Amino acid sequence: MTHRTIKPAPNIVQGTPLDAKALKRGKIFLNSYAPALRYTWDTGEAMGRYLAELKNGRLIARSCRKCERVMIPPRMFCERCFRPTDDWVYVKATGTVNTFSLCYVSWDVRRLKQPEIPAVIEIDGASPGMGILHLVRKVAPKDVRIGMRVAAVWKPPAQRTGSITDIAYWMPINRRSQRTVSAK
Amino acid sequence: MTKFMRRALETPKELAWLAAKAALDSAEMKLDQIDGAVLGSAPDAFDGMHMKGEYLADGCGGWRKPYLRCYVGGGTGVYAVAQGWFQVASGLFDTALVVCEEKMSTCQPHPQAAFISIFDPFTEQPLKPNLLWIFALEQNRYMQTHHITLEEIARVSVKNKRNALGHPSAQLGAEITVKDVLASEVMAWPVHRLMVSPTSDGAAAVVLAAGDVARRLTSKPVWIQGVGWCLDTAYWTNRDLYYPEYVEKAAWMAYRMAGVKEPRREINIAEPYDPFAYKELHHLEGLQLAPKGQAPKLLADGVFDRDGDLPVTPSGGLLGVGNPIAAAGTMKICELFWQLRGEAGRRQVPGKPERGVAQAWGDLMQVGTVVVVGTSEPKH
Ligand SMILES: [Zn+2]
Repeated sequence: MTHRTIKPAPNIVQGTPLDAKALKRGKIFLNSYAPALRYTWDTGEAMGRYLAELKNGRLIARSCRKCERVMIPPRMFCERCFRPTDDWVYVKATGTVNTFSLCYVSWDVRRLKQPEIPAVIEIDGASPGMGILHLVRKVAPKDVRIGMRVAAVWKPPAQRTGSITDIAYWMPINRRSQRTVSAK
Repeated sequence: MTKFMRRALETPKELAWLAAKAALDSAEMKLDQIDGAVLGSAPDAFDGMHMKGEYLADGCGGWRKPYLRCYVGGGTGVYAVAQGWFQVASGLFDTALVVCEEKMSTCQPHPQAAFISIFDPFTEQPLKPNLLWIFALEQNRYMQTHHITLEEIARVSVKNKRNALGHPSAQLGAEITVKDVLASEVMAWPVHRLMVSPTSDGAAAVVLAAGDVARRLTSKPVWIQGVGWCLDTAYWTNRDLYYPEYVEKAAWMAYRMAGVKEPRREINIAEPYDPFAYKELHHLEGLQLAPKGQAPKLLADGVFDRDGDLPVTPSGGLLGVGNPIAAAGTMKICELFWQLRGEAGRRQVPGKPERGVAQAWGDLMQVGTVVVVGTSEPKH
């Protein structure tokens, strides 16, 4: 970074902002393109088993005997130990809200009247802090809390496709019954 | 650098050229005095143009030169300067031109939709996430862990938008209050609209030179004293988001190189990455410039004001100047350059600062990039 004489910064600022008016006047020529691309992702080994188990209504993790972590989402190698993981471990479809948001904007920037509640949910039976991203429902937005206990609500078996959305959503655990529920 | 704008008439290549030419002019240099060129720019999806690096080469002064594009998400703008530094510090080149450019307005109606494919295709994309989610989740975790209030977070927006009023490139400089921030639309609680940086078009560039070359070119070189960067795992739901450990690792790498042992005493100005208001505080803690959970209090006490003990984001940052992704990081390096030379005009911090740190961040809450610059030549 070099500079021989002292010059004030403003004299080197250029660029031409466009506003809505300039665009409307039609004096600016534009060209548009909407890509028609399609991608198909292969699951790989770990994700294939994870999705198959979701279709069965179960959550599965993968453990590493060296660092003793039970990891979800499952993976075929441990990124810390840099060695193959060892065992498949079923974990529970219950957990604790690690963090959440009340989101009033959809993925394509439409405004939502009722917020979605994305959350990181720490899964019971996996190592502490091992969370997955999902959605919480059946709770008033003002009542959601970090530390809240939640359970997976599964789609009916016939509607499951081997997808993370085979869990329809997560809802607070009814303190009396403490059992998982099925979506109607 | 160029103006930062919601939508620019100029093409990406023209923006790159304007910034590159401004940097060369300010150093009173011609392109044939540049040995190699480096571009930093975000994913091709924003431009709808594959191999954007090759397209932009001419605008970056890369014609018939060793030229490359580097990319580490939102961390690119600070990393690109490190990338240029490698080329000069290795002895390979005497000079390098680093250009960062972004044109986000091309992606319509909003570049947000282009972010969907940064998420895992199996565990995350089917849930239709948007970028606000991850910031809101992180901010909530940070606030909950340290009992931080929304008012404390909102002060970052107030400070940075005010600082930006003195920046000739600024897109969103404004005099606002904490009340205004908290009254603005809730996008993804706890994130309010005025806590979010805009999408922007723009470019910024710097010229790097070897020590002996720099001393011939100017009596006041600004020295790159240290660089650092670090990536954490992409399994971001397996980490505690309350603290950016990867930023700490990147910072210590740069501090060690710069001979900085006590960052809070030895850093005079900080330009941490502030795409969202809480991120500035989060990053100040990662940069070791505030104890964990204490950045909000130091902000409230005025420590981070332009005339405070540690001026933070005197440029106005991404919240005030704008956020053309890679260019925003380089803008922070430009700010330190002007501040350390006493050329920042209305934004000048008092007290002849001698050392500053710039930091950027990105990917899936995953990468920290850090550059330490100062008025004295490093020993390495
Ligand atoms: Zn391991």
